[in-house]
Amino acid sequence: MSRYRFVLYRPIQLVPVLIGISIITFVLVRSIPGDPARVLLGPRTTESALARVREQFGLNEPLWIQYFYFVKNLFKGELGKSILYKVDVLKLIVTRIEPTLVLVIGSVLLALLIATPMAAIAAHRRGSWADHLIRIISTAGLGFPAFWLAIMLILLFSVQLGWFPVTGYGRTFWDKVHHMTLPCLTTGLALAAVLTRNLRASILAELQSDQATAARARGLPESIVFWRHVMPNSLVPTVNLLAVNIGWLISGSVVIETVFAIPGMGQLLVRGIFTRDYMVVQGVAMVFACATVLVNFLADILTVTIDPRIKL
Amino acid sequence: MSGGATIRARRMRWLRIGRLSPLKLGAAILLTWLLVALLAPMIAPHDPIYQDAAVRLQPPSWAHPLGTDNFGRDMLSRVIWGSRIDLQIALFGVVFPFILGTVIGSIAGFFGGWVDMVFMRVIDVVLAFPFLVLMLAIITIIGPGLYSFYIAMALVGWVSYARLIRAQFLVLKNSDFAMAAVSLGYSNTRVMFRHIMPNAILSSVVFSMSDAVLVLLNGAAISYLGLGVQPPVAEWGVMIAEGQGFITSAWWITTFPGIAIVTLAMGFSLMADGLGEALGVRE
Repeated sequence: MSRYRFVLYRPIQLVPVLIGISIITFVLVRSIPGDPARVLLGPRTTESALARVREQFGLNEPLWIQYFYFVKNLFKGELGKSILYKVDVLKLIVTRIEPTLVLVIGSVLLALLIATPMAAIAAHRRGSWADHLIRIISTAGLGFPAFWLAIMLILLFSVQLGWFPVTGYGRTFWDKVHHMTLPCLTTGLALAAVLTRNLRASILAELQSDQATAARARGLPESIVFWRHVMPNSLVPTVNLLAVNIGWLISGSVVIETVFAIPGMGQLLVRGIFTRDYMVVQGVAMVFACATVLVNFLADILTVTIDPRIKL
Repeated sequence: MSGGATIRARRMRWLRIGRLSPLKLGAAILLTWLLVALLAPMIAPHDPIYQDAAVRLQPPSWAHPLGTDNFGRDMLSRVIWGSRIDLQIALFGVVFPFILGTVIGSIAGFFGGWVDMVFMRVIDVVLAFPFLVLMLAIITIIGPGLYSFYIAMALVGWVSYARLIRAQFLVLKNSDFAMAAVSLGYSNTRVMFRHIMPNAILSSVVFSMSDAVLVLLNGAAISYLGLGVQPPVAEWGVMIAEGQGFITSAWWITTFPGIAIVTLAMGFSLMADGLGEALGVRE
């Protein structure tokens, strides 16, 4: 298959997954015991409102027809109304996207900033004490509960040193950067532990590759061989690894947003669970799932574009 | 042997902490925590949920080596008793998905065809959801608590085990010994579970050790959010959540349960590394 056809065909493969996501979220909300209309509208509501919801979601019809109503509403961008906030769930989610996006992107950038030099040192001085130390740190890092690490970082940087605010998101750009540094560092450190191990392995493989040998044979200094020839190729699997870990990253952001009281989608989800705001839970879960699928799709396309060696 | 090599060998030995391989070190850590959990009633100096208003928020001292929390409960006793719950989380959080995934994966891999296709599509969809998000969505419906955590864990966690075992079955069902067993007229279940399974299960066992780390962290995180183990039960995630409000005045409430989680997770990680190395299984 040519790479252009791949770009066209790959989205078609997404369709069954997206249908699956809609079925799971539909089943989840319908599994809540009790009258679905009351579940959707909350305990305090009127008979006429109940009737309207029954009409809109086809709740008097058989289950499979209800599912089609559900999908029809999805296409109209209708994710239901939040019981607590009294607004459309979709509008609510849109206002919460920015902090979560900042957290995820910031964490990835910080993780790369931490993992790249660590992996480079570990691979370059393979078997040295530095390599072992980095291995120990990254193994230990995998076992750190993110919420605990967050509190420890707050203890050090906010309480002891007073460099960063304890919680919140901020208003202006620099204020936001100031507030988001610690949350991004927390998730970034955890992600760096995952990345370092894999990046080290792929750097080691690339150092032995023919193209690195060829570069050395041309008399290029080792530093140029490393940064110009070895590093770019080693980063290709990292793109995929990041995509595979996006679900894990989103999961982490749910917890971290709660620790730092960041008004993002994760916090919305957790509050939705406590207030039994089912439509919010359903909406956030669905948006997160679609985001995960989208990121994996983009990563596939990106790897095909940046690495001409990949044969399809 | 050259001087450099000797020094390096010495360094290696130092880093392996005496003569301990990752496997032995991991096993030692896990055994220690297991003993602590089993002997909790004997070694814990105080009742983990006994509240003593006279000793609220005491820093670590001889009477309370890890300090006390805002209810005057002894932190050392709470960390010790917490090991029971957190070990249980790691155990059941792995066992249920392991069994469910292994059964589904072996059926999909052995029979192939539409059965396989249906399960693979289901797995794709479950994997599309961020792990914790799907678990939280399930817990929303069945309500918070430790048992809900196990149910959600089983419903979400089986996919990794199913994929692993399916991949093994796809290869092994065409191997000579499996073919021989089929041609001897043995039943499908006998071939699947007596002949193929013993050869297929190894990588799942190694994976379950590193999975235990994730399960432990997830269980603690969900309890931290207030949706898993409920207070006043001493569980490390719950204890961290309870101490968060006091970090400016009483750092010890959050610090020690976290160290407990990290060491237990380290134990599982090292076991996974060591087992993988010893059995020649690479993840």
